[in-house]
Amino acid sequence: MSRMFGVLARSYLGLVLLFLYVPILVMMIMAFNKSPLYMLPFRFDTVWFGKLAENERLLRATWNSVWIALANMAIATSLGTMVALAFARYDFPGKRFLQGLLMPPLVIPWLITGTAMLIFFFWTGIGRGLHSILLGHVALSLPYVVIVISARMQSFGAVFEEAAASLGATPWQVFRRVSLPLMAPGIVAAALFAFAISFDQFVISYFLAPVGISILPVEIYSSIRQGFTPEINAISTIVILVSMALMIAFARLSSFSGER
Amino acid sequence: MTTTAARNRAILWLAGPAYLWLLATVLLPLAAMLYFSFLTVSPLSGTPEFTLAHYRTFFTQEVYLVNAGRSMMLGLHVTLLCLAFGYPAAWVLARVIKNRWREAMLLLVVLPFWSNGLVRTFSWTMVLTDYGLIGRALHAVWPGAPSIEIMNSYPAILVGLTHAYLPYVVLTCYVSLQGINPSLTEAARSLGASWGQVFLRVILPLSLPGIIAGAMLTFVPVMGSFMEPRILGGTQAIMLGTLIENQFTAAFNWPLGAALGFVMLGAVFLLMALFWPLIRRHVQGVAA
Repeated sequence: MSRMFGVLARSYLGLVLLFLYVPILVMMIMAFNKSPLYMLPFRFDTVWFGKLAENERLLRATWNSVWIALANMAIATSLGTMVALAFARYDFPGKRFLQGLLMPPLVIPWLITGTAMLIFFFWTGIGRGLHSILLGHVALSLPYVVIVISARMQSFGAVFEEAAASLGATPWQVFRRVSLPLMAPGIVAAALFAFAISFDQFVISYFLAPVGISILPVEIYSSIRQGFTPEINAISTIVILVSMALMIAFARLSSFSGER
Repeated sequence: MTTTAARNRAILWLAGPAYLWLLATVLLPLAAMLYFSFLTVSPLSGTPEFTLAHYRTFFTQEVYLVNAGRSMMLGLHVTLLCLAFGYPAAWVLARVIKNRWREAMLLLVVLPFWSNGLVRTFSWTMVLTDYGLIGRALHAVWPGAPSIEIMNSYPAILVGLTHAYLPYVVLTCYVSLQGINPSLTEAARSLGASWGQVFLRVILPLSLPGIIAGAMLTFVPVMGSFMEPRILGGTQAIMLGTLIENQFTAAFNWPLGAALGFVMLGAVFLLMALFWPLIRRHVQGVAA
């Protein structure tokens, strides 16, 4: 391959990256512009971040989002770890079917999953609210958690567990002393992923959030619909930095590129 | 045998809770939605009777057919744009960039996909205007530059959604391109094939599973999108997705919304059924 071609190819990739990141960067820069009407020239100011700290609604929505994401992380990671363990260590009839059942939350558009949850939760009396948002987020996170932890478990066989069991360890000791430490990186990665999915999820929360109670993406959406202000840029900057940091940590733990 | 019983109990206790959760939050709700779609009114607000009227409404009223068509076209356009820009990028990642750089670049490409989609859509409203940072800079260096003021139009929706799904298409294409043994292209070249022939006869067929997977994973959610058209589309925002959303958040005709949702779901499943044999054959062909 000629040198010239290599340069062209790299420039093309550079352009794709520009397309992906320039809008986000522009949005972030405008969060630091003083003018409330996005007027240029640019004058640096952190006034909009200060405004956030006084916005009661937004603070409450942020608080709700963080709590839901933490609860979702704890529940989805525990349930998902158990499923991954069952899939990795046992062969049983119907296993393929159960693995297939993880697909609907992944492939059905969120619009449909979200409205179906709305119908069912209303009908059964579960209703809308933070509890039903949590129910929905766990369902969306579970398939990802199972996939991430299963990938980790494929990298080591059952030999260590069998060795421990044959040396007289109880099933609980085998799990606590052998399986868990081996699975740990996968579990931590899956937990970060689950947190990020919940923290960024908009569609499901949108349909399940009742009037008056809100969580961050829903609150941002209604602010956008009312008209743009640099305050939205400020909160968006924080949200996107948090989710990107989470995903970088996830990538470091799970080596997702499949090279190692 | 007691060991079998113990084993079955272990499987049940390990997998049971998660599947109960999925049953209550995904499978039963979908069943309830299907049931609602055949009712005259929601059981919450009256005495329902069985009816096919909502499905009939979809197939007879122009507004639904036209907008279902618009949603399909939107899905098709975004998918084609993502493939056109994403496939070459995936190829560069798989064949030109090496080692640690490749890993870093791949992470950079995929990172936006897993960040907040709402915020990324919002960020385009800052760009697609002549009076923003980009518009000002462009007109400063190139006074005669064409206007980039495309907010509140169909092209704005295209840009936002392409931005949203491009990373995923790059990833799926990368995975299948990276799996192609480079000696296959060398063999084809040494036997006299031109670069065009190598691409059409070797690289394209072998990377088809990645292309189809990426296309499906883009087309399906784009068809169900409503937030992106609403923020970027202005008067062009009405799609099947926004019509469904409307039934649940404004018009409160849940049975009609449920029926429209199932029409969309039917289209999704039809598409998957159509393409699955194609991907499967290729997966097996590569493995054999």
